[in-house]
Amino acid sequence: MTSASSEDPGTIINEIIEEIPCRQKQISTLMALFGKRVHFTPAALFLYGHTATGKSLVVSTLMDKLKLPFVLLNCVECYSQRFLYEHILNSLYQTDLFAFDESVPRIKCDNMNDFMRLFKQVLNEKRLDKETVYIIMDKAERLRDMEANILPAFLRLQELSSSNVCVILLSEIVWEKFRWGTGFAEPFILHFPDYKKDELLQILSKGCPANFPESCYAMYLNLVLSVFHHVCRDLREIQHLVNLNFMKFTEPIRCGEATSDDSKKLWKNIEPHLKKALQTVYLREVSSSQWERYQAEIARDMEQENTSQSLQGLSHRCHVELPYYSKYLLIAAYLASYNPAKTDKRFFAKHSEKKSKKTLQKKKHERASNHMLGPKPFPLDRLMAIFYSIVEGKVAPTANIFMQITSLVSLHMLAQVAGDDQIETPKYKCLISLDFIKSVARTVNFDVVKYLYDFV
Amino acid sequence: MKSKQPRSSGGRFMKVVEEKKDECISPISKTQEILKLRLSQKHTPSEIFGLQKEQRQLKDLIRRTGVFGESNSVLIIGPRGCGKSAIVQRVLTELGEEEEIHKNLLQVHLNGLLQTDDKVALKEITQQLHLENTVGDRVFGSFAETLQFLLEALKRGNQTSKPILFILDEFDLFAQHRNQTLLYNLFDIAQSAQAPICVVGITCRLDVLELLEKRVKSRFSHRQIYLYNNMTFENYVMFFKQLLKLEDDFPDRRFQSDWNKSIEELSEAQSVVDMLKRQFSFSQDICALKQIMFLPVCSLNEMDIPRLTPAMFVDSMKISTSDSKSAMLHGVSILELCLIIAMKHLTDIYEGEPFNFEMVYNEYQKFAQRRSSMQVFDKAVVLKAFEHLVALELVKSVEGGSTKIQKEYRLMSLLIHNTQIMDALQKYPQCPTDVRNWATLSIS
Repeated sequence: MTSASSEDPGTIINEIIEEIPCRQKQISTLMALFGKRVHFTPAALFLYGHTATGKSLVVSTLMDKLKLPFVLLNCVECYSQRFLYEHILNSLYQTDLFAFDESVPRIKCDNMNDFMRLFKQVLNEKRLDKETVYIIMDKAERLRDMEANILPAFLRLQELSSSNVCVILLSEIVWEKFRWGTGFAEPFILHFPDYKKDELLQILSKGCPANFPESCYAMYLNLVLSVFHHVCRDLREIQHLVNLNFMKFTEPIRCGEATSDDSKKLWKNIEPHLKKALQTVYLREVSSSQWERYQAEIARDMEQENTSQSLQGLSHRCHVELPYYSKYLLIAAYLASYNPAKTDKRFFAKHSEKKSKKTLQKKKHERASNHMLGPKPFPLDRLMAIFYSIVEGKVAPTANIFMQITSLVSLHMLAQVAGDDQIETPKYKCLISLDFIKSVARTVNFDVVKYLYDFV
Repeated sequence: MKSKQPRSSGGRFMKVVEEKKDECISPISKTQEILKLRLSQKHTPSEIFGLQKEQRQLKDLIRRTGVFGESNSVLIIGPRGCGKSAIVQRVLTELGEEEEIHKNLLQVHLNGLLQTDDKVALKEITQQLHLENTVGDRVFGSFAETLQFLLEALKRGNQTSKPILFILDEFDLFAQHRNQTLLYNLFDIAQSAQAPICVVGITCRLDVLELLEKRVKSRFSHRQIYLYNNMTFENYVMFFKQLLKLEDDFPDRRFQSDWNKSIEELSEAQSVVDMLKRQFSFSQDICALKQIMFLPVCSLNEMDIPRLTPAMFVDSMKISTSDSKSAMLHGVSILELCLIIAMKHLTDIYEGEPFNFEMVYNEYQKFAQRRSSMQVFDKAVVLKAFEHLVALELVKSVEGGSTKIQKEYRLMSLLIHNTQIMDALQKYPQCPTDVRNWATLSIS
């Protein structure tokens, strides 16, 4: 068991630093804190930093390389205390984690008291009581949602179990937000800072495909970062985007239109695609396979028509086909939600008097427009009144019309906010955005902006 | 690696080394091990400053139970890290040396964090008294009956029942149990002298008596020991030294005296005194001090850092007092930073009234259009950035998790202070000047 420690720790640390770039300081601090195997460590460590800053990677690599006894768990998976305890105990009990032996009985445990007792028992049985055992909890913020005693108890696990154990919590939320209730022992806090731009480049350039010139790849990475770095610092997300757009980038080189040194030409080629990707792929509106298919389609179109117009495509998203009256109902609902009821007369009455300029001026002093405060609920009667005044032709108030309101609710375009019972008239709220209603109104040739109080 | 083992100490040390079968355990490494154990949660100090009176009082009380079979109940109340558990621990070890008590007194240790309800607590009591076999498969009607049975079972051996000491750590948590059954029964037994027990509750809540139900409170003896943190700065420094100094039983005598001398020098260095003063005025909690001392002790090694230096402590202090929110702000993207500034302005304008995404977006758009150099992003992209901030809990929904309102219109409030934003902007790498100016711009 002590064979690992007999190896020179200096070589191990160099190996790890080699493997994980730009995290040298954190690695050496952690190594110092862990110290020798028999040494005590701080009872709890709290490592925080943005996603994809190497928290889990550093900790698990250290554990693997130093061959320390540890349990790694994700608090999203172990969402109840029973799963949490049983996972820790069983992982410790079956030391070789990869071969779950069915013949060994699973330990059952569902409260903190039993956990503490069994934990000590397992440590004794497995002869782990002489060295530090590490319990690593990823996404530790979830522990706050469990029973109130769990987080404090884990923070003082060393004291309560009086054994050499170190609890490592990983989270992207700052420690202040964890303090709640009683019994907290402060952990040792370590920050994993975000990668700087050149560090990102250094890490990403590791993924350079074989037989591709590295300088050119570095240039490509620079281009991607120049578009995305303003909105996104997440290494994983950028990595995904880099891989996705690489084919597009190398296209001119493969076709022989440009060489890998022709940076200007390559930039011209890739720039619009990156901008497009910002609007769609970054938001995960389409999956990466969809995006590839879409790229292929564009390529085909380009061959056939030779126009650059087809680049729009995906951006007019959420295109929904609705029945004719449903569209008018939806427009009416939108108007009812975003216009104050007292202005209805002005917009929809046959002979409305012209509003004086005074009222228009008064409006400017209002705190915020209705479009900023969100939709207001309106009664069914008002909806129907607006509907009849905007719809073309005569429409009988049949059950069909009311059916369509219900189906709009089930499509989550309207929401019923009150009046579930028979006596009260139901009230609704319109849930769709201005862009959406504009595109709906366009299909029936209705100028919805003209009727909106905010834009008069 | 330096090897200075054999020259100073005699045969005894050699023997120790042989026993341990570690060929080259250097004194530094040994020191490190000792100090780390001392700084861990497992360790309780051997001497407690300024609490001798309270310690004596508690010792008397427990001894009376142990020797004369008197029943008692007492609460020890004091802030965190002032030595509540330490004096109980200390008293128990001292009493353990007296043979009469050692043989006679049974101990039950309970902790509010572990025994979350009375059923679990009862099971734990049974286990700690080694009565599992006696209870067997018997079924009891009520909690009191079970407890009564347990105590009876202890009595059966000889005529007089053995005294039991109950120590309830995090006592306030036991008051949250349903009907406070455990507390009621314990206090009831103590008061009516059915069996000699002593109940010691340890808590940091000053209002703990208010938590007790009337029937429980009336059975409590109302004996309370308050521990105040009346540690002076001199004591604090002394404690600091005591934690770092090596005891006389350290094998390498020469190293020990060298080491202790270096600790004396360390504690007189101006920067360390300043650091301690700052920490002392911030909190007198011993645990917090230990936390700061841990990293310097860890960074000792045989090759290049053989002694503790003041700089190590100053660095460690810096790490432990750094503002984590500013550190997190350092890692957000420029777009997210813009949104935070927009929120800050909204909070300023409306005097802390909550805002929603649409308002923030509007504010951001106004800024972005004014500055032609800024790239204006799509609403959907901005919304994603906004949601990232919500996930980081830098922005929080006012109503809690009400799902009825669309997320664009949900009312939010900003959880970052203005100074934190300014601090982050100062440190932000390659922050566009426009953004910085926008942040400092005061709204008139």
